[in-house]
Amino acid sequence: MDTTLLFIQMLNGFQLGLLLFLVASGLTLVFGILDFVNLAHGSLYMIGAFICASLTYIFGNFLVAMVVALPITALFGYLIERTVVRSLYERDHLDHVLGTFGLILIVDTSAHLFWGPAGLAVPLPVWLDGQVEIFTGVVVPIYRLLIISIGMLVAAGLFWLVNYTRLGMLIRAGASNRTMVSALGIDIQLLFGLVFALGAALAGLAGMLVSPISEASIGMGGEIIITAFVVIIIGGIGSMKGAFIAAIIVGLIDTLGRSFLDDIFKLVMSTEAAENSAPAVSAMLVYILMALVLAFKPEGLFPPKVR
Amino acid sequence: MKKSLSTVLAAAMIAGLSSAAVQAKEVKIGYVTTLTTGAAVIGKGMQNAVNLAVDHMGGKMGDFDVKVIYGDDGFKPETGKQATDKLVKQDKVDFVAGYIWSHVLMASRNSVLKAGKFMISSNAGPSAVAGKLCHENFFSTSWQNDQNPMAMGEVLNQKGVKSLYVMAPNYAAGKNMVTGLERTFKGEIKGKDFTKWGKDAQLDFSAELAKAKASGAEAIFVFYPGKAGGAFMKQYQQAGLKGVLDLYTVFTVDSILLPKLQKANFEGVMGSFQTMMWSPDMDNAQNKRFVKDYKAKHGNYPPHYAAQAYDTMFLIKSAVEASGGDLNNMDAMRAAMKSANFPSVRGKFTYGNNHMPIQNFYLRQVVKDEAGDWTTKIVSTVFEGHQDPYASECPLK
Repeated sequence: MDTTLLFIQMLNGFQLGLLLFLVASGLTLVFGILDFVNLAHGSLYMIGAFICASLTYIFGNFLVAMVVALPITALFGYLIERTVVRSLYERDHLDHVLGTFGLILIVDTSAHLFWGPAGLAVPLPVWLDGQVEIFTGVVVPIYRLLIISIGMLVAAGLFWLVNYTRLGMLIRAGASNRTMVSALGIDIQLLFGLVFALGAALAGLAGMLVSPISEASIGMGGEIIITAFVVIIIGGIGSMKGAFIAAIIVGLIDTLGRSFLDDIFKLVMSTEAAENSAPAVSAMLVYILMALVLAFKPEGLFPPKVR
Repeated sequence: MKKSLSTVLAAAMIAGLSSAAVQAKEVKIGYVTTLTTGAAVIGKGMQNAVNLAVDHMGGKMGDFDVKVIYGDDGFKPETGKQATDKLVKQDKVDFVAGYIWSHVLMASRNSVLKAGKFMISSNAGPSAVAGKLCHENFFSTSWQNDQNPMAMGEVLNQKGVKSLYVMAPNYAAGKNMVTGLERTFKGEIKGKDFTKWGKDAQLDFSAELAKAKASGAEAIFVFYPGKAGGAFMKQYQQAGLKGVLDLYTVFTVDSILLPKLQKANFEGVMGSFQTMMWSPDMDNAQNKRFVKDYKAKHGNYPPHYAAQAYDTMFLIKSAVEASGGDLNNMDAMRAAMKSANFPSVRGKFTYGNNHMPIQNFYLRQVVKDEAGDWTTKIVSTVFEGHQDPYASECPLK
C-alpha cells in the first residue's frame, strides 16, 4: 500500500470526522442536557449553509459571511427553542420525533420557497481555492486544511467551555440531574435556550463549512443527520468527549473503507465481485460498528456519569 | 409554486364550468416527476417544458383540450408508484409520462402498462425496458442509459486516451453508465468507484479523488446527475486536478448546474466535454422556438430533461391527432408514435423495435454564449443513428 495515499486518506477521514463532530456535538448537547430528540438538527445545518451562501454573495467573501451567519443561525435556533421545542419537553420522545419531523418539513419547504429548488453554490476566496504540498507527494486542497483547523479550534473551545466555565459546569450538571439543577435556583429555561442556540450554531457551522465543497441545498440535513446520530450513540449520548472520539473514528472508518476496501476484497475474491460488494460493505461499516458498540457497551464508549 | 397552484385552480374551475356547459373533448396526461427534495430542480425544468409545449400547441391536441395532471415521485420509487396509481385509477388519464429516475420508472411501469395505457419516459432509460421488459405501449423520448457513455467511450478512443478512472453513483443507472462506457472504451480502466446514492448520498469525494490521482490514470470519467455533479466539479477544481486528470462527463454538466457555477465563478468546468443527443444550440426550427421561449420565460437555457419533456408532449400530440377522435383507438395511436412523425427538438429520429429512439449522439463542450452566459455547444457528431445494445433482446418486431 502506498503510504502517501494512506496519509492523504487519513487526513480526509480526519476532516470528515471533524465535520461530523460539529453536527454531533450540538446533537449530543441537546439530547444529553435537554433530553430532547431533535430530528430537525439537520435543518439547522441546512439553514446555516443557506444563510452563509446568501451572505457570501452580499459581502463577496465567504469567511466574512461565515462570521456573520453564525450568530444569525444561533438566533434562529433560539427562536425555534422558544416557539416549538419548549412546549415539547414535558412530552415523551415519540412526540419529540413527531414534532421535529414536522419542523423538518416546514423548514425544508420554507427554504424551497425562499431560495428556490436549485440550491446555491458557494465561491471560495482565491487563496483558499488552491492546493498545498505539506510533504513531498502529499498535496491537499487548502480548504480541507481550513476545515480541519476550524474543527480543531471548535473542539478545543467546547472542551474549555464544558470543563472550565460556569456555563459548562451547569451544562454538565444539567446532563446529570436536571431537576436538581433547577432546584438550586438556576434559570433552567435560559440555560436550555442557550444550549439549543449553541447546538444550532455548531450544526450551522458544519453546514457552512460543507457548502463550498458541495452546495447549500434542500434536504442536505438528511445526508448527515443519520451519521450524526450514529456518532453520538457510539460515543455515549450526552458526552462531548465521546462525540469527538466517535466522530473521528467514524470519519476514518468511512473514508478508509471507501478507499481501500475494494483493494482488500480483491485479494480474496474476483475483481468484479470486489467492485460490486465493496461499495455496499463500506456504506455499512459505521452501522456495523454501531451494532457492535450497542451489543457490548450499550451506553456508548464514553457514557457521561449520571445520577 | 403559487403560480402553478393558481393555474391549476383556474384550470379546474374552467374545466368544471365547461363540462357543465358543453361536453368538450379532453385528453388527460398524467406527468410524474420530482417536485420536492433537492432533485425538484430537475422536475421543475420538465414541468416548465411541458407547460411551454401546451402553450405552443394552443392548449389543443387535434380536437382535444389538453389537461396535464402532475404527480410527484419525491425521488422515491414507492412514492412514484403511488402517484402513478392515482393518475391511472383516480384521474383515469389517457397517457402517463415523465419519470426522471430509472428505479422510479421500474417501480411504476406495471401500474400503467397493466391498465392498458401508454407510458412515455421523458428521461429514464434502464436496460430492462429496452430489452426483455420492452412493451408495445412503452415509448421513450430520451435514450437508453448505456448510449451516452458508449458515445463517450468512442470519444476517448478518438482522443487517444489510454487509461481512465471511473466514478459513478451506486444505483441502476450508475451501473448502466459504466457498462456502456466499457462497451466502447478500448483503453485500460485503472480504477472504479461506485459511491453511495439516494437520500443520504455521498457528496464528499475527497477519498475517491485522492485515489484517482494516485492511480496514474490520464483522464477521469464521471456520471453524477443533479447536485452531486456540482459537488464533484467543485472538489475536482479544489483538488487542482484540471490539467492533471482530464475530465469527461455524462449527465453531470447541464444547464441546471452551469448557471450556479457561473454565479460562483467556478471556471474549472469551462471547456469540459460531455456527450448528449441534444444541445441548446441545435439548428432546427422546433429547437430554436423551444430554447428561445424557455429562456425568455425562465431566464436560463433549458436542460436536456426539459428538451425531452417538450418532445414527449409533441409525441403524444402526434398520437392524439392520429386517433381519429377516439382515444381508445390504441393501434392507430401506437402506429403514429412508432413512426416518430413529429417535430423533435433534436431533429429527425426513428424508433427501434423496442420503442427507444435511434438517434445521433454528439460531443458537447462548455462555452460562453454571446451574452457571456455559460452553456454547451456541439463540437462533433460521435454516432449517427445509434441504436441501444439491448434492442435485440426485445421480442417486439
